[in-house]
Amino acid sequence: MPPAFLAAIDHKRLGQLPRQMWNSSQGNVEVWANVVIIAWAAAFMLWQGEGFAISVGTIFAIWAILAVSLNLVVGFTGLLSIGHVGFFGTGAYVMAVLSSTATYDQPHSVGIPTFGLPFFAALPVSALLAGLVALMVGIAFNRFRDDIYVLVSFGFTIIAFNVFLNWSSLTRGPFGIHEIPRPEIGGMVFDGELEFLLLALAFLALIVLVSWLLVSSSFGRVLTAIREDERAIEVFGYRATHYKLAVWVISAMMAGLAGGLFASWTSFIDPNSFILLESVLLVCIVILGGLASIRGSLLGAMAFVLLAEGMRFLPFLPNEYVGQARQVVLGLLLVLLMLFRPQGLAGRYKL
Amino acid sequence: MTTAPSDPIEPIALETQEISKHFGAVRALDQLSVAIPKKGMTSIVGPNGSGKSTLINVLSGVLPLDGGIVIIDGLGLRVVKAHQTPSHGMTRSFQEVRLFDQISVWDNIMAVLTDRRLNPAMLERSRPRYKEKAKSILERVGMWEKRDSLAMDLSYGQRKLLEIGRAIALDVNIYLFDEPFAGLFPQMLERAKAIMNDLRDRGRTIILISHNMDIVRELPDHLVVLDSGALLAEGNVEEVLNSPEVIDAYLGT
Repeated sequence: MPPAFLAAIDHKRLGQLPRQMWNSSQGNVEVWANVVIIAWAAAFMLWQGEGFAISVGTIFAIWAILAVSLNLVVGFTGLLSIGHVGFFGTGAYVMAVLSSTATYDQPHSVGIPTFGLPFFAALPVSALLAGLVALMVGIAFNRFRDDIYVLVSFGFTIIAFNVFLNWSSLTRGPFGIHEIPRPEIGGMVFDGELEFLLLALAFLALIVLVSWLLVSSSFGRVLTAIREDERAIEVFGYRATHYKLAVWVISAMMAGLAGGLFASWTSFIDPNSFILLESVLLVCIVILGGLASIRGSLLGAMAFVLLAEGMRFLPFLPNEYVGQARQVVLGLLLVLLMLFRPQGLAGRYKL
Repeated sequence: MTTAPSDPIEPIALETQEISKHFGAVRALDQLSVAIPKKGMTSIVGPNGSGKSTLINVLSGVLPLDGGIVIIDGLGLRVVKAHQTPSHGMTRSFQEVRLFDQISVWDNIMAVLTDRRLNPAMLERSRPRYKEKAKSILERVGMWEKRDSLAMDLSYGQRKLLEIGRAIALDVNIYLFDEPFAGLFPQMLERAKAIMNDLRDRGRTIILISHNMDIVRELPDHLVVLDSGALLAEGNVEEVLNSPEVIDAYLGT
């Protein structure tokens, strides 16, 4: 016979306790994710100092612009695209060619035309040309959906990378383009890291605002309806192909803008920044943060950047393994997330 | 063999002329010619696989026509496009519930109310008149309290009713309902019937597919019987139900 106080415990309910605690914590995952990630970011800043915080912040801003813009397509419209880096690269190369001040006077160097345009003149062209490429690609893509969409967008990424690599007379191929200047407007030069961070954050704020306006409009509501049942919404008089094309082009223009920022920030670009892996990581960020959630994309980008940059400082991890370890950790995180929280950190919609 | 319409000068809302639809070797619609009178309720009945749902699907452009002409309000069409359904003055519900599952009940109705053109839609916030309309629709189908839950979290009957609500959110002339009463509890059934009767009272044309013979005897003014994608009989409900070929082919067994 067990003692009376033990018998008084309802074993059945005790057994359910972990599950209950788990269930009640589910609603707060987003809050906890916010707290953890922001605390993590703050701890890093205090530990590593201002310079680290500024460069991580800039990387975050660029990834966040990409993630928010990709979420318009993947999360809100339900088109799982891994072609986003193609538009990012287009924007970066347009910025590089238009604004680079490099001269190629060595006898054997591959020369390309350079225009030396200022940043703020080149940036709209970056966005517009990325949008133009997206328009042409999108018309071809519009007949596809679901898993086929993944494949054709995969194809686009490969083609874009090969164009960057092989169109030497415009991109200098594997040599890359140097001397891309920092933004300058009316005598004000954003050459300091902090100034550039503020500029990048301002652009991020603009992109978030535009995205939020879009998804909370009637247009955004129709996009989600297309995601849920494209044929059904068509019967109610909406041309799904037009809506899909429109959001695709807008999203690509935002990616092109991110590309322009990136080129100006690094001052040197080569095709290696625009490989398929970057696209896949971007989709991971969007899913990690939460599909159809702008806040989620910001959260996902922050988590990713902290993870990617933070692993540099793990004492037991030799430097040469950092790159691989990042991908392993991100992959593991994604598997765990799909198992326990398929809507991502802040999302509501499940794939 | 067809029974002549009771009144030959009755105006026609919708007519098909020898329309066909094949799925491989299966002739879902086989040179079907049928005319649906304007105003009132027409029920389409027939055994499983007789082409009832296929007819609704080609009329709303969900499936492409393989041949023949559809005449809607005097306009002859060889190709019916899905997105033109409202501009043809039609709206529909689906047999298998096709709501927008992972968005709210409210958004399910609002999604079909807003501007169809791209540029206005991008700038458009929820307009008061759309909101009022959505509210009245949701109250109509008894889903106002559920407006914030996801459509996927509703019960089957509620989903069915919400589909009817989404269809009647469009103020058009012809309403196509594919099995709207299937799986509804009596209370919901009454609500759905009241909605249909109200549409009829407002002079709309209702085309209704139903398997429920009690409802077929009670509701419609006009009956179309299909069998193997072809017209078996049409006309007044009583006459058609009592006609020997219908009894032989469908009801008598």
